[in-house]
Amino acid sequence: MANRTLPLTLPIALLCSGCTGWQSVLDPHAIQASRLEQLIWLFVAVCGVVWVTVTVVLVMALLRRKTPYSHTDTRMTRIVRAAVIATVVIITGLAIVSFYATRGLSSSDATALEIRVRGYQWWWEVTYLDARADQVFITANEIHVPVGRTVSLQLAAADVIHSFWVPNLTGKQDLIPGRDNTLSFTPREIGVYRGQCAEFCGLQHAHMALLVVVESAGAFEHWRQGQLAPAATPRGGEQETGKHLFESKACASCHNIQGGTASGTVGPDLTHVASRRYIASGLLETNRGSIAAWVADPQTLKPGNNMPRVALDASELNALSAYLAALQ
Amino acid sequence: MSDSRQPGVSDAQLERPELESHLAATWRTPGGLWGVLSTVDHKIIGRRYIVTAFVFLALGGVLALLMRLQLAGSERRVLSADWYNQVFTMHGANMMFLFAVPVMEAMAIYLVPLMVGTRNIAFPRLNAFSYWLYLAGGIMLWTAFALNMAPDVGWFAYVPLSGPQFGAGKRADIWAQMITFTEIAALAVAIEIVVTVLKQRAPGMTLQRIPLFVWSMLVTAFLVILAMPTIMIASTCLILDRLVGTHFFNPSEGGDVLLWQHLFWFFGHPEVYIIFLPAVGMVSSLVATFAGRPVFGYLAMVLALISTGVLAFGLWVHHMFVVGLPRVGESFFTISSMSIAIPAGVQIFCWLATLWDGRLRFRVPLLFVIAFIITFVMGGLTGVMVASVPLDTQVHDTYFVVAHFHYVLIGGAVFPLIGAIYYWFPKMSGRLMSERIGRWVVGLLFVGFNLTFFPMHVLGLLGMPRRIYTYSPEMHWDALNLFSSVSATILAAGFLLFFIDVIRSLRRGPQAPENPWGASTLEWATTSPPPGYNFPRVPVVGSAQPLWDEPESLAVACGLRVDRRELLITSVVSAQPQAREASPRNSIWPFFAALASTLMLIASIFTPWAMVWGSVPVLITLIGWFWPKGDPEDEG
Repeated sequence: MANRTLPLTLPIALLCSGCTGWQSVLDPHAIQASRLEQLIWLFVAVCGVVWVTVTVVLVMALLRRKTPYSHTDTRMTRIVRAAVIATVVIITGLAIVSFYATRGLSSSDATALEIRVRGYQWWWEVTYLDARADQVFITANEIHVPVGRTVSLQLAAADVIHSFWVPNLTGKQDLIPGRDNTLSFTPREIGVYRGQCAEFCGLQHAHMALLVVVESAGAFEHWRQGQLAPAATPRGGEQETGKHLFESKACASCHNIQGGTASGTVGPDLTHVASRRYIASGLLETNRGSIAAWVADPQTLKPGNNMPRVALDASELNALSAYLAALQ
Repeated sequence: MSDSRQPGVSDAQLERPELESHLAATWRTPGGLWGVLSTVDHKIIGRRYIVTAFVFLALGGVLALLMRLQLAGSERRVLSADWYNQVFTMHGANMMFLFAVPVMEAMAIYLVPLMVGTRNIAFPRLNAFSYWLYLAGGIMLWTAFALNMAPDVGWFAYVPLSGPQFGAGKRADIWAQMITFTEIAALAVAIEIVVTVLKQRAPGMTLQRIPLFVWSMLVTAFLVILAMPTIMIASTCLILDRLVGTHFFNPSEGGDVLLWQHLFWFFGHPEVYIIFLPAVGMVSSLVATFAGRPVFGYLAMVLALISTGVLAFGLWVHHMFVVGLPRVGESFFTISSMSIAIPAGVQIFCWLATLWDGRLRFRVPLLFVIAFIITFVMGGLTGVMVASVPLDTQVHDTYFVVAHFHYVLIGGAVFPLIGAIYYWFPKMSGRLMSERIGRWVVGLLFVGFNLTFFPMHVLGLLGMPRRIYTYSPEMHWDALNLFSSVSATILAAGFLLFFIDVIRSLRRGPQAPENPWGASTLEWATTSPPPGYNFPRVPVVGSAQPLWDEPESLAVACGLRVDRRELLITSVVSAQPQAREASPRNSIWPFFAALASTLMLIASIFTPWAMVWGSVPVLITLIGWFWPKGDPEDEG
């Protein structure tokens, strides 16, 4: 079925995904990504012309009726020399364009929003930095930023090399153990953009996604205040039981939930886990059912990840997921 | 050259039939297992090398199909994450270390001595040793894969993922030791080629008369000699980190993870040219023969080869544009990476000029040249794109790059290689391959390749990273991936048909004459396949196209003894005869030495003491190998 409709769907898929992809180089929503897109099309155009020219000359050479040695070598020498000079000119031009593009990408903005992103196997820890300690907070796998303000990311790695890449916003930059890298972008349009780790980082490299949510300044401030607050207090007996389970079982030794006794730092901070669109680094959309499924058997859903299966009976799983799903 | 004082029988005293029977007895490879294990004939070893490399090509191709099966749709479960990571690592490592580099060197092992008109390669026992070690490395890697302990860290094995903390088990050690095997083998062959080309050319084959294929192999051999030690140092440091607790790559103990990347790519980029330059040489041979004229711009072609070889060492950082290096450094590497397009352009323009002027015969090898030019130019141009730092930040480690380097490696190296097999197969086997099937092979490979890999450019721009074992349906990558996977079957059919044609032609192909294509170089001046001694008398060359310029009969030199293996040594620049050199006889010791080395290297994956105790058998076999013969080595 899919095979039969392929010739039809392919061009359509190409066109659509080119203009609407949420993880696409060709759908820029930040100043940096726009510049890069223009650069790419420029290179594609120049290289396309070169390729067509070479192919046309090749075809002409193949089709020509000829008498051997009809052209004197001196005439061919002139033509080949001209082609080499043209190559040098094109290469030089593209190199110069490249330099200017690089310069245009590096911006130093004192008012930039400072965020530290730390790569783990296989998730992202996100820390919003601030000179005032009480304004600092930690979240995971989802970065909210206000539209129009430059964001400056400090990139670090906890274990192996990862690479931060949200193509709609800007190019990628590696997160390397023992080194500090930075990457900045200035989003221009409100929207949700996806990124994923671009440097092979082990078993679950394929499942290491993150979202960047670009929103209005007001919405961002609202979100930020929400993240600064401690976790929602459990409502009702089931959620109470869930909280108790979380803090008494293995969960608390790896995860932190602000406002309780769970303060592990090995896994993602879960204080506002239900406010994030996905759990397990883009693997599942967040809802009570997916949380329950994840807790029940993380090793089937994302084999090899660092979260162990914790033995829980059905009512315990129910209570725990009710509690976590309420952590807005 | 003739010298009446010398002992033994000189070829000058003999008539042709008697001469040939003497030479055949002297240069013969005995039958049976002993002959198989002890031969030092470059043609037998070269054929073996080629066949082995193509077996690895087929195996690596099966892995590629497995990956395409897994990626044909979102969230497919053909392969688990663990198997997928082993499969893509095996595919890359196998294709680079067990297929591409060895097959190019193998073609040189077979062809270079014939093309320069000598009787055997320099250091023929080292050549035998090199093959056995290469075979052992390949078997080790594939055995590990069969045992579910193949490397799973990528063919580049970046630390810290491959280091002691994250690379559990022996998987990364297998990778690192496979490097040792294949690099020793490659270095050995490179040294043989350099010496053969510089010191064993036929009298009169001055530097400006060397065939372009031989030039390309000479430059390649120097690249191997300069690049391979880096990766051996890197992989040795990795083994030390893993086995004896050093900290070369551990940042918390003062090591550096980027050191690995610098060392790896200082080898890894020249590696691309180690694969590509021999292909350039093959294309030059094919173009000249089927255009019926010498390649236009011989000097420019040679200079382009050499400058590519030099530049190859100045652009490794373009694999590291997103690791956060200083901007000035990155700009330098943009310039150097882009400037390699200039020698590449020179070569393309010279071939086009040759085709423009020549009287073309559209035989299968020429069709491969056409497929090569169209495909390789595309790969070269996307290479210019990834050389730009800002552009690379978007496409690095995406399927765009996967498309790019397959265009360069398959379009740029495998197409010329298959064309070269069609071209030299009659010489190697004595039989011609099928022209009709060959046309199908070109068509299937060209169409299948482009349909498989072109969509990957688009996938990369649509955000698909490399080395992911699956993807979510939300990404809308399904259609293009399915298209690519379906097209891969066309590509696979092309390779399958090629293998069928090879096997069929070996048994039933028409007998090949000495020079079936009317080519100009010396390998066509002897029977197909050549006798053990290659040429009854050493040819003397008076031009760059000896068989075209002296079609009636080639001048020959005489004075070599026929009752022992002797080669003619000539001067480096002008190929003036200098000495008669004894060429080693068959010996079983290289095989035993390779066996002892294999035991030592494999055991050292498990304990460092293997290097101590394992060196004893290696020493014994080397003593056997180098035991004095009592003959004078050479006579002036």
